[in-house]
Amino acid sequence: MRTLKSLILIPALLLAFSFSTEAQIAVKGETVYTMAGNPISNGVVLIKDGKIERVGSASRVNIPSNYEVYEAKVVTPGLIDAHSVVGLAGHLNVDADQDQLETSNPIQPELRAIDAYNAREALVGHLRDHGITTVHTGHGPGALISGQTMITKTTGKTVDENLIHPSKMLAFTLGNNISGAFSKPGTRAKAIAMMRQELIKAQAYLDKRNSDEDYSKDLGMEALADLLEGKMTALVTVHRAHDIMSAIRLQEEFGFPMVLDGVAEAYLIIDEIKERGYSVIIHPSMIRPGGDAKNASMETAAKLYEAGIPIAFQSGFEGYVPKTRVVLFEAGVAAANGLGMENALKVLTIDAAELLGIDDRVGSLEAGKDADIAMFDGDPLEYITNVTGVIINGEKVK
Amino acid sequence: MKPIQSLLLALVCALLFGVNGFSQSTPQAFTGAQIIPISGEPINNGVLIIEDGKITAVGNENTRIPRGADVHDMSGKVIMPGLVDTHSHIGDGDGGDRSATLHPDVRIMDSINPRSESFKRALAGGITSVNVMPGSGHLMSGQTVYLKLRKANTIEDMLIYLDDEKTIYGGLKMANGTNPRGNPPSPGTRAKAASMVRDLYIKAQEYKAKVAAADGDESKMPPRDIGMETLVEVLEGKRIVHNHTHTHQDILTTIRLAEEFGYRLVLQHVSEAWKVADEIAASSNVVGSSIITLDSFGGKVEAKDIRNSNGKYLEDAGELVGFHTDDGITDSRLFLRSAAMGVREGMSREAALEAVTIANAVMMDIDERVGSFEEGKDADLIILNGDPFSVYTHVEQTWIEGQKVWDRTNEEDRKYATGGYQIYPGQIHSHHEEGGLK
Repeated sequence: MRTLKSLILIPALLLAFSFSTEAQIAVKGETVYTMAGNPISNGVVLIKDGKIERVGSASRVNIPSNYEVYEAKVVTPGLIDAHSVVGLAGHLNVDADQDQLETSNPIQPELRAIDAYNAREALVGHLRDHGITTVHTGHGPGALISGQTMITKTTGKTVDENLIHPSKMLAFTLGNNISGAFSKPGTRAKAIAMMRQELIKAQAYLDKRNSDEDYSKDLGMEALADLLEGKMTALVTVHRAHDIMSAIRLQEEFGFPMVLDGVAEAYLIIDEIKERGYSVIIHPSMIRPGGDAKNASMETAAKLYEAGIPIAFQSGFEGYVPKTRVVLFEAGVAAANGLGMENALKVLTIDAAELLGIDDRVGSLEAGKDADIAMFDGDPLEYITNVTGVIINGEKVK
Repeated sequence: MKPIQSLLLALVCALLFGVNGFSQSTPQAFTGAQIIPISGEPINNGVLIIEDGKITAVGNENTRIPRGADVHDMSGKVIMPGLVDTHSHIGDGDGGDRSATLHPDVRIMDSINPRSESFKRALAGGITSVNVMPGSGHLMSGQTVYLKLRKANTIEDMLIYLDDEKTIYGGLKMANGTNPRGNPPSPGTRAKAASMVRDLYIKAQEYKAKVAAADGDESKMPPRDIGMETLVEVLEGKRIVHNHTHTHQDILTTIRLAEEFGYRLVLQHVSEAWKVADEIAASSNVVGSSIITLDSFGGKVEAKDIRNSNGKYLEDAGELVGFHTDDGITDSRLFLRSAAMGVREGMSREAALEAVTIANAVMMDIDERVGSFEEGKDADLIILNGDPFSVYTHVEQTWIEGQKVWDRTNEEDRKYATGGYQIYPGQIHSHHEEGGLK
């Protein structure tokens, strides 16, 4: 091909490419909850190249003629599930699709979620269809340290395609929810002793890592050293008040970043949680009042929120049916039990993004953020409202 | 009347009617609310009259309020019949054990704890009548029990008797699919399961024939067999079979067996109902389908194709459809949510309301007593602070046979709705661990 022809072809191809695969979108909503300021009546969200271009009232925002237009009664940022096991705990619930808990050893911080996550698992799609565009998922409860977690968008053919963070937190469990498959710990006190010993080992490892000394690399110690350096966060699943205090004792001894998870009895020790500045990923509102969570209350989300403790919703881990919960539904029940609709929407979006440290990209409808949007035909939290559309990274996925 | 006489009368009344605070014979009138009678269109600003534990009138604002009635102004509220749950595991009961997989002789009635906190959970959700069943780990795990959640000291205080002799107060639980599978004495395959059930019903037919042949002559009667007696009640249509079943082929097997032996059948769970809705509707042996709402499919292979639109598919096919809690799979406190999720997936409001009231009553043979507001029916009602299908609505009061049995304004009652510290003992019926044979 002659040089001249090639020169003409290239810009032509570029032009075609930019129009065909990066369709620009305008989403109109009777009510648009931006989570950055008051809801907008008759609002418009413009999306360009996968990012939010502009948000405002329809009277001020002109929709360019080449934009594809979607309309909905209510528009919100894509919802965030702050703690799940989807992609690791598959929907069939057979050995072959359960990768959320490895029972060969009760402490395995080296296990990475990205090495197990199945981006095409049906439950990931199930969450996406309910407006959830970002999920913090990975190893589940059931071991002292079961492994790592990751944050991803709920779309993509591979784990790499829409990963936001490959190794966000380490999943800890305290209390009675530790699997019986392990020979130890058999008691609460033993559990804490084992954790302390391991973290003391990790302190020594970290000292070596930070010195000029030679040291042999240990994957588990690497992860715990990252935790001690504040590069990772401990996600401690714990329900009973005395176990929550054990988690706090452990955190204060070793000084790592910690998010409390589940915490059915948090309402008994609100001051202790608040004064230390912990965030809480609250158990599903509809959690069954059994086991360690037997004292769970549907009003805890509201109580923590009122106290000013940062909270987010989770689908959590389910061992049977339903195989996953849906944070949209859990938020509804929390809203009806003291939290209120607008607060619940905030917790589902921007508050969750802040808690997970990803609010620079998701959680609100603001120019420059990822174009993740959920559309509804009514109050998003109402039982009889349907999700009418979902957009992730500017792509219509429902 | 002289003051002293009035005082004496009041004292006598107080003694007679004791703790209930009002006389059973004093009519109670509920006014101002939207009344959803189920038997007809919702009535705005309606009037509901109850007396002696029964409904005596339901109508618009012009309905005559009897002289001396206690009038409850329920303006802004919604009143509907107490909810009926066709499948629950509240009450801490159990069924058959590991010694067999067919237990027609076993009654869950003999195991239920009437003081179980789980009954409070049901009252907090507006449930007034419930079919409590043994689990699905057996082909036939035992006789179920129909309960009215009255204040009770003994299980007998709660039973809903279906016959004058007071011998039948429940159905018979059966199951197919993977839950009852296992090592002997359990079946290892679906076909084996069906053949074991057929074998048992053939024996029951023979037993029934012997009883008929004896024609009342005690000396010619077969030896009493309480399992066989139960199965004869099934064959005679006096006792409904509640059959746990999930996949489309298992649903059809369930129907095939019911048609072979002529018994009346309620399909329970029916996860793949959407695939065979017409076939279900076509069988006259199927009394109705009792379905569950789940927040996701999966959790077991058999539930991978479950849809919350099952209610819509069955309604469209003209099939009687009800919801159940399967408590603790779903929470009795949120029973109305199950029906609301059916509406979300395309069911009509009317069918969804019936599906937690009269449809379920039909599936328990108690529709002449409960499930709708009609004169002469039991005064079982719930008072809501909004639309039954709104997430923001709470059950405020639950009444059974004219007695208020749960009141959200009372802190001692309210805590059972919200949960909290040391309210529930932490024992939730878990299907995952059930099945005496596993």
